[in-house]
Amino acid sequence: MRPKGVTFTTGLIFGYLSLRLLLTSMFSIETENRLHSYNIHTEASQKNSSAESPPNSTQILCWIMTGPKNLELRTKHVKQTWGKHCHHILYMSSVKTDFPTVELNVSEGRENLYWKTIRALQYIHQHYQDKANWFLKADDDTFVVIENLQYILSKLDPDKPLYLGRRFKRFISQGYMSGGAGYVLSKEALRRFVKGFQTGRCTHFSTIEDMALGKCMETMKVEPVDTRDLKGRQTFHAFPLDHYIIRQLQRPRPWYLIYDYYVPNEGPNCCSDFIVSFHYIHAVQQYVLEYFTYHLRPYGYSYRFKPDKMMEANLKTH
Amino acid sequence: MFGLLVIAHVCGQRKTQNAWKCVTAGFFYVILRQMRDISEISLACEALCQTESSLMLFRSVSRASAAAAIMLSDGGSFMKGMIVGGLFCLVLSLLGSFSPVTESGTDGNDHHHHHVKAASKDELQQLSDSRLQELNNQLKVYCVVMVQPKSLVYWATALDTWTKHCDKAEFYTSEVSKALEAIDLNEKDDWARLRKALKHAYENAGDIRWFFVAQPNTFAIIENLKYLVLTKDPEQPFYLGKAVKSGELEYVELNSGIVLSYEALKRLVNVFQDENKCPERGRQLWKLSDDKQLAVCLKFTGVFAENGEDIHGKGLFNSKTVDSLISESMKQNPNNVVKGCCSDLAVTFSGLSPNQMQVMMFGVYRLRPYGHDFHDLLTFFPPKGSDND
Repeated sequence: MRPKGVTFTTGLIFGYLSLRLLLTSMFSIETENRLHSYNIHTEASQKNSSAESPPNSTQILCWIMTGPKNLELRTKHVKQTWGKHCHHILYMSSVKTDFPTVELNVSEGRENLYWKTIRALQYIHQHYQDKANWFLKADDDTFVVIENLQYILSKLDPDKPLYLGRRFKRFISQGYMSGGAGYVLSKEALRRFVKGFQTGRCTHFSTIEDMALGKCMETMKVEPVDTRDLKGRQTFHAFPLDHYIIRQLQRPRPWYLIYDYYVPNEGPNCCSDFIVSFHYIHAVQQYVLEYFTYHLRPYGYSYRFKPDKMMEANLKTH
Repeated sequence: MFGLLVIAHVCGQRKTQNAWKCVTAGFFYVILRQMRDISEISLACEALCQTESSLMLFRSVSRASAAAAIMLSDGGSFMKGMIVGGLFCLVLSLLGSFSPVTESGTDGNDHHHHHVKAASKDELQQLSDSRLQELNNQLKVYCVVMVQPKSLVYWATALDTWTKHCDKAEFYTSEVSKALEAIDLNEKDDWARLRKALKHAYENAGDIRWFFVAQPNTFAIIENLKYLVLTKDPEQPFYLGKAVKSGELEYVELNSGIVLSYEALKRLVNVFQDENKCPERGRQLWKLSDDKQLAVCLKFTGVFAENGEDIHGKGLFNSKTVDSLISESMKQNPNNVVKGCCSDLAVTFSGLSPNQMQVMMFGVYRLRPYGHDFHDLLTFFPPKGSDND
């Protein structure tokens, strides 16, 4: 009698479980098919914006400080996102590849960053000095909105020695621009940098790339520009957005804002609507920022910040 | 096994869903009848396949169990056990999906999800300026935000971010919080709470004709919601969002936001009074989630879930974060990540942390490239007294 009871219960369990499995797999197939269809959309590009672009005289050459091991993980995504908005883009590395990368005669490593910068700027000056009038340096984990940079540059004269970026106040009396946030040299500033090294007035005195370059700029009398917008909000950023935008109670400067030359605001007034850059932006985040900048928008929204109207109003009252 | 093939063939000619049911029930016939009468089996299957009604399924199962009784006397204890176990499972799942619905309504068997698309630019351009202006002015959204004191930071963040763009935003809480004001429903049960909130919203709607239900870890772009429903008449029943199917039931997921027109909400509030169709406490063996309950009640009033989409057919209501969707798109469309991901006019994203909501506020309402002008046909102004948009 005993074995019969055992086989019965095993049968019971088996029957119950197999049917349960069958029924649940029926349902999950349905919902999975539903979800899958959302993501396969290769639609034609919708050009629903008419760009009133700033004057065409602003030609920006972007050069990205990168290396062989970052090409797949980081630089590739720069190339697919904001890299496309540069008039020219060069990827600076220690090795020449079909990426394409430019080979600088320098090895990889943090201690060689300033050597890489010097060689890169010399290369650009030699081959591209007439192809652009502004030269942007960025890292392979920087995100840049070229249109917003153009907006700032369109008001400046590239034949003046000018230097733009996220201004830091330490070490150099006139300050220097953060490397990670990206910095821009005018045509004249580039010329002076190269001349500085030719004449020995600028040297490789430190491995801290951004600070050392800032010293050369000061030596060669290149002026740092205040790149904040009409409301005093920053455009270049040395960290991702969440380091600045989250509302905080009044507090002493956190470590990542300690070097800021201009008094930083925390919370919504940290950052301009017309952001130029963020740093420490990896792979996924590059696309996320591209989505927010160029795609996702509130339909019909009348934006609060209208700098052109503000300037018109200023002109009228003066 | 030949019988199984026959059944599969016959059922395969109907739509997928029914085929599976047929196969399952047919499976039992095969075991029980041991392929004695093929024509009888296919007859039973035909009956099953034609009508949606669970009643038929029930009948066939009872026939099966009658036959099982005969089998039991034949011996083979393992087989007996398996049959009984399988029947038990069938019965339980039937009870689960069976209770409130006997007939699934006029739409017939297998309506694939309905879509509601936003109006195209051409459609909008055909409207006169004054008509467009009229629609713009009348279009108001009442946000029903379901909060709880235990997720206070989310609540506070919702209050400080997207809900400022609702024409009216009311927070409905399960219990009083000392920190933030809300309408206290004093109710622990999710479904009962949702009912009370919706009833309250209906009674306090004023001249507002569109209702949006969400939780505080969802970020909604109300302007895009308005664009979606711009040309839709709120005197018609609309029940929109991310429409998904669970067995027979098509419902809108709560976590990606639920949109109800005035008419849909009116019908819902009326059916609340019917304890048979729409019980307050639910009476299944296991409870349905509140968003499924909502769908069930609405179904009784002839209102069905529809998927909210843009003009390209992309879903506008997302139950995941932007980061998550972009990650998926990187795997599926590595050469077209952003365009292959999400709509430009998306309405919701969900599962966001409070910090991510603040970041989104900036990303949506401020971050943009200088010089891009979209020439939209409507204008929505920023809310007064807000500094993060």
